[in-house]
Amino acid sequence: MPTSPPAGSARVLILGATSAIAHETARLYARDGAALALAARDAERLSANAADLRARGARLVVEIPFDAADFARHSPAITEAWDALGGLDTALVAYGTLPDQETAATDAAAAVEAFTLNATSVVSVLTHLAVRFEAQRSGVIGVVSSVAGDRGRPSNYVYGAAKGAVTLFAGGLRGRLQKAGVRVVTVKPGFVDTPMTSHVAKNPLFASPEAVGATIYRALRGSADVVYAPGFWRPVMAGIRAVPERVFKRLNL
Amino acid sequence: MAAYESWGRTPVAPPARAERLAWRSGLPRHLADLAARGETVLAYGRGRSYGDACLNGGRTILDTAGLDRFLAFDPHTGVLHAEAGVTLAEVLALVVPHGWFLPVTPGTKYVTLGGAVAQDVHGKNHHVAGTIGRFVRRLGLVRSTGEALNLVPGDLLFAATVAGLGLTGLITDIELQLIRIASDRIDQTTARFRSLDEFFSLSAAASARSPYVVAWLDTLRAEGRGVLMDGDHAPAGPDASLPAPAAPHTPRVTLPIDAPSWALRPLTVRALNETYFRLNRPGRSRLAYEPFFYPLDAVGGWNRGYGRRGFYQYQFVVPLGDGAAAVRDVLGRLARAGAGSFLAVLKTFGDVPSPGMMSFPRPGVTLALDLANRGDATVRLLQTCDVVVRDAGGAVYPAKDACMTPESFQAFFPQWEAFAEYVDPAFSSTFWRRVTAGRL
Repeated sequence: MPTSPPAGSARVLILGATSAIAHETARLYARDGAALALAARDAERLSANAADLRARGARLVVEIPFDAADFARHSPAITEAWDALGGLDTALVAYGTLPDQETAATDAAAAVEAFTLNATSVVSVLTHLAVRFEAQRSGVIGVVSSVAGDRGRPSNYVYGAAKGAVTLFAGGLRGRLQKAGVRVVTVKPGFVDTPMTSHVAKNPLFASPEAVGATIYRALRGSADVVYAPGFWRPVMAGIRAVPERVFKRLNL
Repeated sequence: MAAYESWGRTPVAPPARAERLAWRSGLPRHLADLAARGETVLAYGRGRSYGDACLNGGRTILDTAGLDRFLAFDPHTGVLHAEAGVTLAEVLALVVPHGWFLPVTPGTKYVTLGGAVAQDVHGKNHHVAGTIGRFVRRLGLVRSTGEALNLVPGDLLFAATVAGLGLTGLITDIELQLIRIASDRIDQTTARFRSLDEFFSLSAAASARSPYVVAWLDTLRAEGRGVLMDGDHAPAGPDASLPAPAAPHTPRVTLPIDAPSWALRPLTVRALNETYFRLNRPGRSRLAYEPFFYPLDAVGGWNRGYGRRGFYQYQFVVPLGDGAAAVRDVLGRLARAGAGSFLAVLKTFGDVPSPGMMSFPRPGVTLALDLANRGDATVRLLQTCDVVVRDAGGAVYPAKDACMTPESFQAFFPQWEAFAEYVDPAFSSTFWRRVTAGRL
């Protein structure tokens, strides 16, 4: 089993660094004194988060313009991070978008656009990362999937299908990369109270970005393959997956 | 939508709409858009104002919890720059390991920096340090005109914004000068007093030797018995050092439900006061800074101990001359009404001037206590006490108030009309509408 480097010496790339969950994970790395490469689309937001992480103790923070929809930028952005930090031992793929299911249900272009961003682009990014990590024969690649990817539900299947694809892809990648001593960690958050879900009515199942961010940090530094965040989702989703389809399709979940 | 309550949980004045702010970029335009739509807004931090200063009933709340980024911290100079929604707990978790501390802190660390500046809070070191506004080097303020301003001490709008109750615009970020510490311990001296006169003489002696002085008062004893505590940051030594970086402390115990109405009956209050008096033995001790500065933070949601109807916090300051007479008068009125308080805090303010136009602290003696909400009777009782404070030339603290009449407010803060010139027309609060009723 590969071991994590000492916390303070970690070199971490976060793709989607303006996500509330990713930023909480980044804060924990910053407190350790890690070096961080932050990639995101909005430069002003990226620089606000970068300042926060520098003040919290990160020994180096670099800001990398990155638009997941621009596939041609995937490899250069990773190279930029790699060069700026003198190599990477951890990469976290944390970006995503929650499409409006009602729109996506009837608008094929909107459905494809959401799927492209949440799944296809992640396949591209993970493949670029895999090549580099496999060659150096060490490191951890984390990817934020979702409990929504565990089963197709009428209320959320466009997002869910993309996350399901990510979960399957990461599972296969894990098997391939373990031979090279590289870990792949799949994180499946449940409902999280973030700006992405600001329009959704909250219930007691919602977790804080701090809690989910901390789960990701521990998982990246630990030995887990697949983590649910919070952990109660594991048995819940096991139960949900066990319901026969002929019954499940009638449950308006 | 989250419940936007004040800490005293009365009055109940939910907003019509609440927005959670997450980014400073885009705020100037956004505020201008809200103003153009005719919305009236107020920033809401963590809801630790006791009364209605943090409420905007029927209007719009701008929740600043997501503006929680540090922007810069220099461990060599102790200058901290942070967004307004950062809490003092988060500041302490970051800076104490580097040997820095808040220059001024109120009795809870779960307030935001923005809220602390908007109320120009004071602490146990007021007699030497004054208010937190004195340590603010720069303020970011967004106005509903769409302007993003950088304010520094000396600017008129800076003076209006410090203690400006969040009414001059949205405070987005704050640059604060911290103070040096050598350890995270406090050396404390505890002394008991059995009369108000004894308090004044003990307090004068303690204020001469220690930067932090505060007293707890047993309001159920007419003669004014209590416990006076003074202290300072302990020097570095074998049993006092700086902690390793760690997450902010969270309460170990949280009140999960509202206490039943019998919990704070006079008998219970009497027993609590007696216990507190006996537990605090005179002498010297060394303790962590949390129990010294933030004893109540150990119990999360302690405000629920007052039950669903909530409670009022009452804090006033009166000049030292006849101060004792006014304090006795107020304590007598509360005792006769059977409104005994467990948490009564007595302190002498110094004469360090506050930078805020509307700052509450002024030289004198200040008493803070809380009272269970028993409806109109409690409001009337406090309004009578306001008159005593007015007659003594004092003032009541807006950060805690839910009861004062417009007449009392305008007597406590005669400069309010000059201040009103700086209020952003798109900003208001339940407090502000109450105390300016019929005048604006």
